Amino acid sequence: MISISNASKWYGDFQVLNDCTTHVSKGEVVVVCGPSGSGKSTLIKCVNGLESIDKGKIMVDGDVVNDKKTNLNILRSKIGMVFQSFELFPHMSALDNVILGQIKVLKRSEDEARARAHDLMAQVGLSEHAGKYPAQLSGGQQQRVAIARGLAMDPIALLFDEPTSALDPEMINDVLDVMVNLAQDGMTMMVVTHEMGFAQKVAHRVVFMDEGCIVEDAPTDQFFQAQGSERAQQFLSKILTH
Amino acid sequence: MGDFDYSVIFNNIPFLVDGLKVTFLLTILAVIGGMVLGTILALIRIAQIPIASWLAAAYVNFFRSLPLILVIFWLYFLVPLFLGRPVGSFYSVLIAFVLFEAAYYSEIIRAGISSVRSGQIAAGRAIGLTYPQTMRYIVLPQAFRSMVPVLLTQAIVLFQDTSLVYVVGLKDFLVSAELIANRDQRLVEMFVFVAIVYFVFCFAGSLYARHLQKKLAT
Repeated sequence: MISISNASKWYGDFQVLNDCTTHVSKGEVVVVCGPSGSGKSTLIKCVNGLESIDKGKIMVDGDVVNDKKTNLNILRSKIGMVFQSFELFPHMSALDNVILGQIKVLKRSEDEARARAHDLMAQVGLSEHAGKYPAQLSGGQQQRVAIARGLAMDPIALLFDEPTSALDPEMINDVLDVMVNLAQDGMTMMVVTHEMGFAQKVAHRVVFMDEGCIVEDAPTDQFFQAQGSERAQQFLSKILTH
Repeated sequence: MGDFDYSVIFNNIPFLVDGLKVTFLLTILAVIGGMVLGTILALIRIAQIPIASWLAAAYVNFFRSLPLILVIFWLYFLVPLFLGRPVGSFYSVLIAFVLFEAAYYSEIIRAGISSVRSGQIAAGRAIGLTYPQTMRYIVLPQAFRSMVPVLLTQAIVLFQDTSLVYVVGLKDFLVSAELIANRDQRLVEMFVFVAIVYFVFCFAGSLYARHLQKKLAT
């Protein structure tokens, strides 16, 4: 479904991505982790073309993302994305956030879009908050609306860019619960996160990145059984000891 | 003060109101036209389209470097020349104001657009909206909301600046008052009255702008 082949990217002289190769198959959940500055957020943003790569190839559902001929707007409408800082549209109610793309991009009727939005708000446990504006919602609630907004496009895959990093600890689980449910329902997901509990629970594979390189790409069990690279083990020991 | 004769004001209310209508009509149409053209200019500049963005920037810098009164004066002669027929002073003045104000509005709107977090654009693009759709539904509504007080302040300045139309003899509020003042030899009364009217409208507008500013800050 998603395949990244030898992707490299530079910001001026600084190489953010160095010959990255990995893939996400249909129905698979892949967690990408690594220290900050390792390029994991950049990598995931390249998957839907929010960032471009300078070398290599990224394919999504048969289309080459970094090909000028590819219609990125259509491609993006097929992949949902959830951001670290939620990025709900603050001038619209939660429900309208979920409706907008359905009407403007998928050309659904107002009634159809509204009905679907209500279903999704129920799915993320926020039915009673549908009419509120983002500023009236907690971070965890906002992030769940953002997930609903992504789901409203009936995506073939969902990308998560550190979805819980900006949240207070007590709200993280509400968001992770929604993500676990999605994973168990067979959604294809690529998740940049430090939530190793989530990775152990639902991820099929874990990709570990450092300094722009994919250092490790292993099935979840194997990754956590201390067979991997030294660098990955160091990273794990740092974030798992507390 | 005993020499003041305020009846000159009350006797000429309908004539003065007609002048005030011209002033308001000119202000409102110029604000609308200036904002529409200014938004277009701002969007062209921000989109960084090779030649178009440079032209938009040149336009803005050109008009911001000219005195308004000169623009009014020139357009009064140029517009009929350009169209090949007389258009009347109201329309030539309106065009001058729209062209002139657009340069200022464009800078205000550009600042407003820049103040919207870049993540908002990413979020819009991520659900498949095109760049123009992202601007239309996500960025501009947020930008305008944050700009309302500044836009209103600019409109107040414009309201005052419309008095410059006297150079082409358009009968706005100030010119109407001046005509009466000269005819009835009541210069002091009329100009005091005119000053009070301008002050009341502008001060009320400023207070409202400040109120909006506070409301936005919370």
